[in-house]
Amino acid sequence: MTSATSRQAQEPTSPRPGPRPKPAPPSGAPIRVTGAQSLVRSLEAVGCEVVFGIPGGTILPAYDPLLDSTKVRHILVRHEQGAGHAATGYAQATGKVGVCMATSGPGATNLVTPLADANMDSVPVVAITGQQSRPLIGTDAFQEADICGITMPITKHNFLITDPAEIPRAIAEAFHLASTGRPGPVLVDIPKDVLQETTSFSWPPDMRLPGYRPTTRPHGKQVREAAKLIVNARKPVLYVGGGVIKSDAHDELRKLAEDTGIPVVTTLMARGSFPDSHPLHYGMPGMHGTVAAVAAMQKSDLLIALGARFDDRVTGQLSTFAPDAQIVHADIDPAEISKNRRADVPIVGDCKEIITELIDAVRAEKENNAKPVDLAPWIATLDDIRSTFPLGYDWPDDGSLSPQYVIERIGKLSPADTIYTAGVGQHQMWAAQFVKYETPRTWINSGGLGTMGFAVPAAMGIKAGVPDKVCWAIDGDGCFQMTNQELATCAIENIPVKIAVINNGNLGMVRQWQNLFYGERYSNTDLGTHKHRIPDFKLLAEALGCVGLRAESREEVDGVIAKALEINDRPVVVDFVVGKDAQVWPMVAAGTGNSEIMAARGIRPLFDEDL
Amino acid sequence: MTRHTLSVLVEDKPGVLARVAGLFSRRGFNIESLAVGRTEYPDISRMTIVVSVDELPLEQVTKQLNKLINVIKIVELEPAASVQRQLLLVKVRADATVRSQVLETVQLFRAKVVDVSPEAVTVEATGTSEKLDALLRMLEPYGLREIVQSGMVAIGRGARSITATAVR
Repeated sequence: MTSATSRQAQEPTSPRPGPRPKPAPPSGAPIRVTGAQSLVRSLEAVGCEVVFGIPGGTILPAYDPLLDSTKVRHILVRHEQGAGHAATGYAQATGKVGVCMATSGPGATNLVTPLADANMDSVPVVAITGQQSRPLIGTDAFQEADICGITMPITKHNFLITDPAEIPRAIAEAFHLASTGRPGPVLVDIPKDVLQETTSFSWPPDMRLPGYRPTTRPHGKQVREAAKLIVNARKPVLYVGGGVIKSDAHDELRKLAEDTGIPVVTTLMARGSFPDSHPLHYGMPGMHGTVAAVAAMQKSDLLIALGARFDDRVTGQLSTFAPDAQIVHADIDPAEISKNRRADVPIVGDCKEIITELIDAVRAEKENNAKPVDLAPWIATLDDIRSTFPLGYDWPDDGSLSPQYVIERIGKLSPADTIYTAGVGQHQMWAAQFVKYETPRTWINSGGLGTMGFAVPAAMGIKAGVPDKVCWAIDGDGCFQMTNQELATCAIENIPVKIAVINNGNLGMVRQWQNLFYGERYSNTDLGTHKHRIPDFKLLAEALGCVGLRAESREEVDGVIAKALEINDRPVVVDFVVGKDAQVWPMVAAGTGNSEIMAARGIRPLFDEDL
Repeated sequence: MTRHTLSVLVEDKPGVLARVAGLFSRRGFNIESLAVGRTEYPDISRMTIVVSVDELPLEQVTKQLNKLINVIKIVELEPAASVQRQLLLVKVRADATVRSQVLETVQLFRAKVVDVSPEAVTVEATGTSEKLDALLRMLEPYGLREIVQSGMVAIGRGARSITATAVR
């Protein structure tokens, strides 16, 4: 929020933009600076390269030294929610900490959704917010909000700084907390007068976190126990979650899978951690997963969960999930283990270290084991299901464009190292299903919170972090209308993202549920984007400084995708006008067991027969 | 559901009580009693939390508590291996006709009278919640005008200190 008010203008202590101290290398003896300078130097010292944010009354002092920083690039967004999702996109694409900045009150509360989003998906994000000056805190002052209290349940930790001398330590601790252990968002709230006060700065500060000791090294005995189960299992499955990508354990995962020949399924958060083209990969499990992946888990006698958390969208009805499976659960967060499903062998640690040790332990166990289990029958069963129930789609009867086809073609025509993001809904599921992911950090979405409007700002953050790769945001017309204002930011800041609006004129996923479960009564899901062409996405894109394209028929699809891929000096928005009746299949209806998965309407492959 | 007493060592930082209390309510647990106070280390406070939950949810809430950055250590204190005490102040209606009977009950429970007026006495008692409940039951016939009770505090029996091992 940008209203610098008369109240703040009256404060006599505002720093004047005058001669500014030169940015010194962050080492050696303490130097005298303002709190704001201390903040910017701390950000530089901790390696922050990009900040997404909007200035306003209380954060204003921080923006003055930011103007001089040659190391930190500030990207002026249009809405704080955009700043938060951009920081998430940046962090997920680069593996570094994403940073966003906002002023007090509404600026800070606009960060609530992206912080909750980052918390659910364990994304390292640091949010820096201005706060009212110390004497005004608690008086309902202008643009005052207790953002530490508000974000307590949706951050890994947060700080309210009351002494400018604490700034370097708080920033160092915030980055450390955000990026280590189970990553997550950390908010640092700094009152305006703390930013204005003179203090001393020295780097590195001492961190004081006596209550924070994440376990990264797994317990050797637990790893050996897991290895024993692995070599003796007849129907094992590697159930891979986002933690494998967070710990950069994809190479180790592949080695483990190939060494053991165990089938792999990758959750929505783990797409790309294991190549889709690999014969051992049976796809995504869960509500809209492949029949093969869901069947693999249901029929399994051993699930090896790696950085996954048995989310309800994966397990379906918990009581009937994988009824015959023993569970090896490896996660860096001990609270995830046995939270939803009791683990037979819990392993707390970093996935990379766990898998590395598991590879050796399985080898050692195999050498001792006279009669190795033959996994061929298990693989044959799964291959059979995979070939009987492949992912697929029908063309709409009304002759309209198929949304799945559009997404599939984007995946086929774009370079191999393209990074994809998505909003939330049907288009997100199709993007997870019909784009093929071969490498980690090429699929970035809002999994846990399911935040509509994630795609455009996340794409901005991804492209800012990885400028040399193509970034496609596959968005829906509902999602796109929530956050498309950031395209103005992209156009002005030279961040040439590509947006595919899968425009079915409706809140598609909700409509699908109304079709299936509410007797085809379509209450408030028609957005009118088809009927009235309001907004006209092509014109809207152009108004926002982007290239606007449109495709309405099969023949036009490849052409516009090729054209979009050629444009690299501006953001591109392609309005793909698609049919409204396409549905996401397979599907496990909410509240039902995974064995009732429907490959398509009325077809329940696992329910009737025992494959 | 069984009753559990958790001793939680926390950094003495603003907001830490809100973090802990918020976590319990967010995850659907009811705190029966809570007491916070200083320890022998100036920057460490100790919370004693009594909750009624089953074993599995207790494990989950303990793990979630451990994730709070300001929480240093959590120990569950078994009633048999610890001393557990609560403080009770109760104002009992006691005019001249019944005062001696009230005082007799007070003595029976090794409680103390800390204030007297013509119509009432104020009684101070410490003990386990069972003992305090029994005292209240005995005093009830005379008329309980006002009750105030502290949270439970508890300490393990024997020479070992849970704070000493936590700050090593």
